[in-house]
Parts: sequence; structure tokens; C-alpha cells
Amino acid sequence: MASITGLTCKTFAPISLFLRSLRKSLPKNLVRNASAFTFHPQDPDKSLGETAKMNLFQSLTNAMDIALATDQTAVIFGEDVAFGGVFRCTVGLADKYGKDRVFNTPLCEQGIVGFGIGMASVGATAIAEIQFADYIYPAYDQIVNEAAKFRYRSGNQFNVGGLTVRSPWGAVGHGALYHSQSPEAAFASCPGLKVVIPRGPTQAKGLLLSCIRDRNPCIYFEPKVLYRAAVEEVPVQDYMIPLSQAEVILEGNDITLVGWGTQVHVLWEVAELAKEKLGVSCELIDLQTILPWDEETVVKSVQKTGRLLIAHEAPLTGGFAAEIASTIQEQCFLHLECPIQRVCGWDTPFPHIFEPFYLPDKWRCLEAIRKAVNY
Amino acid sequence: MALRSFCRCTLFLRHVRNVGIQTCPTISSRHTRLLSTSPIFRTDMAVPSDEDRPQFPGSKSTFTEKLEFLQPDSYDGIPVYRVMNRNGQVIDPTQDPGLDKDTIVKMYKTMTLLNTMDKILYESQRQGRISFYMTNYGEEGTHIGSAAALDPRDIVFGQYREAGVLLWRGFRIDEAMNQCYGNAGDTGKGRQMPVHYGSKELNFYTISSPLATQMPHASGAAYAIKRAGMDICVICYFGEGAASEGDAHAAFNFAATLDAPVIFFCRNNGYAISTPTKEQYRGDGIAIRGPAYGITTIRVDGNDVFAVYNVVKAARKLAVEENKPVLIEAMTYRVGHHSTSDDSSAYRSVDEVRYWDKEDHPIGRLRRYMLSKDYWDEDKEKEWMQETRKNILQEFAKAEKVKKPSPTEMMTDVYDSLPRSLEKQLEEMKQHVEQYKEHYPTDKYDEIHD
Repeated sequence: MASITGLTCKTFAPISLFLRSLRKSLPKNLVRNASAFTFHPQDPDKSLGETAKMNLFQSLTNAMDIALATDQTAVIFGEDVAFGGVFRCTVGLADKYGKDRVFNTPLCEQGIVGFGIGMASVGATAIAEIQFADYIYPAYDQIVNEAAKFRYRSGNQFNVGGLTVRSPWGAVGHGALYHSQSPEAAFASCPGLKVVIPRGPTQAKGLLLSCIRDRNPCIYFEPKVLYRAAVEEVPVQDYMIPLSQAEVILEGNDITLVGWGTQVHVLWEVAELAKEKLGVSCELIDLQTILPWDEETVVKSVQKTGRLLIAHEAPLTGGFAAEIASTIQEQCFLHLECPIQRVCGWDTPFPHIFEPFYLPDKWRCLEAIRKAVNY
Repeated sequence: MALRSFCRCTLFLRHVRNVGIQTCPTISSRHTRLLSTSPIFRTDMAVPSDEDRPQFPGSKSTFTEKLEFLQPDSYDGIPVYRVMNRNGQVIDPTQDPGLDKDTIVKMYKTMTLLNTMDKILYESQRQGRISFYMTNYGEEGTHIGSAAALDPRDIVFGQYREAGVLLWRGFRIDEAMNQCYGNAGDTGKGRQMPVHYGSKELNFYTISSPLATQMPHASGAAYAIKRAGMDICVICYFGEGAASEGDAHAAFNFAATLDAPVIFFCRNNGYAISTPTKEQYRGDGIAIRGPAYGITTIRVDGNDVFAVYNVVKAARKLAVEENKPVLIEAMTYRVGHHSTSDDSSAYRSVDEVRYWDKEDHPIGRLRRYMLSKDYWDEDKEKEWMQETRKNILQEFAKAEKVKKPSPTEMMTDVYDSLPRSLEKQLEEMKQHVEQYKEHYPTDKYDEIHD
């Protein structure tokens, strides 16, 4: 019996050849538009000792490896995590720590988070994975009404501080409506949660370990476009980076640029462009923790520069930039030289083929800087 | 009168359940009083055996004095209905659907057309021509068998691996290609990832990536159709993985309690990405849940296109004529990877896949049936495959040349009309792209307009 499907079918070859011949005739339309950014690696922190080359997903695996090795109650679970996860973040951990510590769950986000809350409520460390941030909404009730309020409603008798929910986040070049979302603002109005977003492997490892060990439930969003693209020399030892502390990456005098996750790299390039094309000196801040966020660092910077640009991929209206802008106008009103600039996704669902026009890319950010300094 | 009071009490009980348990003692004493005055509980009832039946409003069964747990393995699994054996021979002639030759050939041609389209689009993704793809390998029988048994007016709520249903209804190859390219010919306006088809004309709702979200929609649509007095039903496709979602529970329970004419068609293909069924559920598949919800249920061999046809035909009759929801669990196997983002060799053996590909494939089974009936032969096969491949490649090449829709379409259809805020953002985008046009791929798109 001849095979009929592509997996073992020989008739594939002529199709491939035909498609290849087409390629020569139509080179222009074939280039897909990936999200436009250049990854800026972080210099290794020498005080943290020996390093190894890791991309983002490897550094996350490394962090979880350490979490499991140092805490016997820690478990990792979610859809498809046992074989390594669809983004390969848990590769090898099931073999190393056993199937009772790294396991697949049925396909049910509300179940994953609810189960994690239950584990954490009796003192275990629960590291739950939601396969895409776009799919976190069925778990929204569990996160917002249960995890976030567990401590408060019991007068601090009970808590689920051992819960961390990891989830791939943000634009990836071709993810469209349901594989691209950045829902951090939806969780920013949930007191009781911590919301964290890293920009690269070194920072990701330290922040994830902090989330796992923090005594409050944490939502940890991972910029999926960086899983493979971001490579750094990452310290191999166990280390943590404090939550709710922003990082000043570049010091500057004319305008403060605030972002998180992938957008930090866009803004980094924008800072270079602004210097070169406009002669503007930018101070770049990676917020790192969205909730509770580090107002002080941003306020201090804006008091110095007098201008602020905030950029994120999520839609403009109700985005976290609005919260930052509101706080900064309140605290830095007399220091501001111009209106606070927000460069964000448009107020539409995240579109597939229009991604290059949707994103708050470097040219939109640069234009906002130009407007701000010429105000 | 007393009966009416009893009913009111039941409703009241339902209501107070949400209020809190502290009110229970009062309620239960009142409840008992009402029960004692109700004529249906009088001691002089006609059937003495009913006298001692449990009267709890939430169950219909008998009392027992044996302490016995219900064991999940205390019965044999639900059988798999089939018409043909693996060699394509009809086992019981009374079960032969009796389709004419043209229909059977059309079934075969649609299944193989889908298969060839999958090969070309899968390969084109590997070459970076389209961003993503999902093949339907091994599940062609579930698509075509079900689609052929439905009325084309019946409304389809799909998951994402049901392209064959669309092809059966007349979705053209160029429409599929345009969607996968997200070009100006895509009725979805380039907004969604490949394979997220939708066609108002063909009564096929647009695919949404999140799993099981379409299931309660199907129940609601079916209920509205029933109220409108239409002689059609709704079919809802989903996988055995999606059945784990809360929405699946909601959909079943709503359809059952509201008597919605909906066919829930589960494609149990063995895997939810990498997760095998043994990690997805512990019971007897999805079908066993049907009776628990009070839903008429059947399990079928999804690789037997005639068996699928028969059960969907019968289910449709129940739905349309009796306003009943029906659950069908079609047992099949996902021969391909989950999607182009997946490499299934990381979690299942090549031998396992090969078995289903070569020994128990819906296309192979139907072909053997057709060969035995002299409906088909090697020459026809060769000619058809060549013709199909040529047509698909032609349409593929055409779709590749079509420009992307205007970026204006990014902003439209968020609402029925453009709100002031989006009008402003559209203007801002237009000005920005004009000012920085060398940095945007505008030549690949239709022009931005108001």
C-alpha cells in the first residue's frame, strides 16, 4: 500500500522543485516582515562568576533547573511541558527531576492556574506554564479573583506566594491575533499580583528565580521573539534580580525612554538613532516589573530630562503607558518640557499581515522624540 | 396547587443555593412540609415500587442498600461504529449508506484534493512562502464523511483542522491560497494566520485560534435556530484536547439543558500537540461524557468515511427533527505534525505514525472500496493526482503574486464603523508611513486610503 501523506511520500520532491523555481521569479513578495529590532546583549556581570552562552529559552531552563534543584516542593506543569514545551523552555527537566515534578496537564488554562493555586496554598512551589499569553484569559478568573486575593481575603492566614505563571508574550513577526498579544495591562489592575517581563537571558534568569521565590503570586511574561534571537553570556550560578526595580540602561539628558521586554531593544536602537540624526541624548529605562512598578527611578529620570516617551506593543488605550504617564504628570508636572509621548500598538486586534504597520517600531518612536524635543 | 408550590420551592432552592448555606435548615423543613402535602408523594400511589424511590430533585434513580462505588472500569468501553473494515469491505450490507458512484468519487476526490493541497502548502511554509500551516493528514475521513451528510445550510463552527468540510462545500483552492497568503483576495483581509478560514457564503464561521471557545457559540447558535423554526442544525468540530477546556463543559451542558439542535463532532486524533490522550483524560474518551450531560452519543471510526457519513446523517435527523444535541466521537489519528511549528518526532515514534499512514488511512480505505467496485483504477488515480497538483500549484503561484490588502484594513472592522479614535490613528499611520516610506514595505501592499 502506497503512502498517501506527506510524511513518507516521495511525490513531495517535484512540488519542492516547482516551488523553488517560483521563488526565483518572485523574490520580493517572499520576504516575511519579522518584528524590526536588533537584540542588544548585556555585558556579563563579572561579580556573578562563571558564564555560559545561553539564549533566552536556555537561560529560563537553567533558572527552572536551579529552582527544582534547590526546592524539593517545586514542580513545573502546563500543556506539553513534559517533552520540553513548544518553545523548548523545559527540555530535559522531566528526565532530570521525574514525571511527578515536570508534567503535562490536560488542555485547560483555568485548570492549570487553579491547580497551581491549590499547590501553592499548601506551601508548594508551583511553576505553571500557559502556552501563549493570548490563551491566559480562561485562567483570568483564577488569577484575578483567586491568586491575587488569596492573602487579602483571609487576613493573611493563607497565601499562594509560591505560584508563578510563565507565559510567552508579544509580537513574533507572524503570530497574528492569537499568538502576539501583550496583556500586561490587564493584570496591572490586579493588586496582589506581581507582573514581570524580562528583555534578555541574563536578566530573565535572575528575574524568574525571584518570581519563583517571591512570596506573592507572579505573572512572568516571556518575549517569545527573543527565545532564540537573544543570546548572552549568562552566569551559571544561582542568582536573583530584585523585583520592582527598573534598570537604567543608558544615561542621557534630553528625554527618558521607558519600555520593557522586546521594546527595550527597539528603544535602544532609537536612542542611537536619536543621537545620530537629531543630536538628542536619551536615557533608556527597562521597567522590568510592571506591577508594582518602580515609580522612583522613572520620576528621577524625568526630573532630569524633562521629557518622557513610553512605548509598548499593546494597544494605546488602557495600556500600561497610560498609567505611567498619569503618575509622571502628577509627580513631575513642573519638570515637563512637553507632553508625555506614548508610542504603542494601534487600538485594533493584533493583525497578521499588517504587523510592520502595527508595531511601535523605531521610526514611530524616533518621530515621537522629534516631536517632543521640538515642542 | 400543591404541585405548583413544590415547583416554586425547587426554584427557590436553586436561588438560595447561591445565597449561602446558613439558610438551609429553614428551607429544608419547609421543603419537607411541602413534599408531604404534594399529591405525587401520597402513600396510596398506584405503583408501589415508586413509593420508595428517591425524590431528590437532582437525580432520577433508585435507592440501594449496598455500599458500592461506581468504578470507571466496571463496563466495556463504548464501541466504535464502522461500516467498512480496514480493507474497504462493507461488513454488514444493511449499514452500507448506498451512496451513488458520483458521490463516492466526489468524496474520494475531495479527500485527495485536501491531501495534495496540504502537501503543497506545508512545503511552501518550509520554504518561507507562507508563515504557518496545519495539515489535515489522516483526518480526511472525518471531514468529508461529516460534510457530505450535512445540509449545506447547516452552520459549521470549526476548530482549525477541518479544511475538508470547506472544500466539500465548494471552497475554492484560490480562496484557500489567498487566505494562507493573507493577500488582497483573502476575505479575512489578511488579519489572521494561515488556515483560519471562514466563509459566510458556505455557512462556515471564521476560525479562532483559542481552543473550545467555539463550542458554547455552537450551542447558542443552535438554540436561536430552533427558536427561528429553521430546519437546519449546527455542527461543532473540536478535538479531544479542546474537550478539556471549561468551554467544552459549558457547551455540552447548555446544549443539553436548552435542547439545542447541535452536533458536537469530536475529532479524537490521539494528540493535543505533544500530549497523548492518556495524559488528557482517564475515562473512556470523550463519548462517555455525553450520557453524563444527558446527550445522545455515539462513537465512530473516523477513518471510515461511510461510517462517519451514517452517524452524522442520523445525528442530523435527531437534531433537526427532535431538537436534540448529539455528541459524536470520531476516532482517528493525526498523521502529520500538529503544525509547521511542531516536530512530532520529539514525542512519538515514526513506526506509530507509519502504521496509521499506511495501514489505517481513510483515503486508502475508500480507495480500496472504490477499486473493488470498479469505480476507480490506477490510470484514473494518476490522472486525477496530476490534474490536482497542477491546479493547486497554478492557484498557489497566482496567489503569491497578489498584493497584500491596504494597511487601512488593519483599522476597519474593529467596530461596525470607524470610531473617532481610530479615524485619528488611521490618519496618524498614513502620515507616518508617507513620511518614512522608505522604511515600510508599502510596495507589497495596496495603497493606504481613508
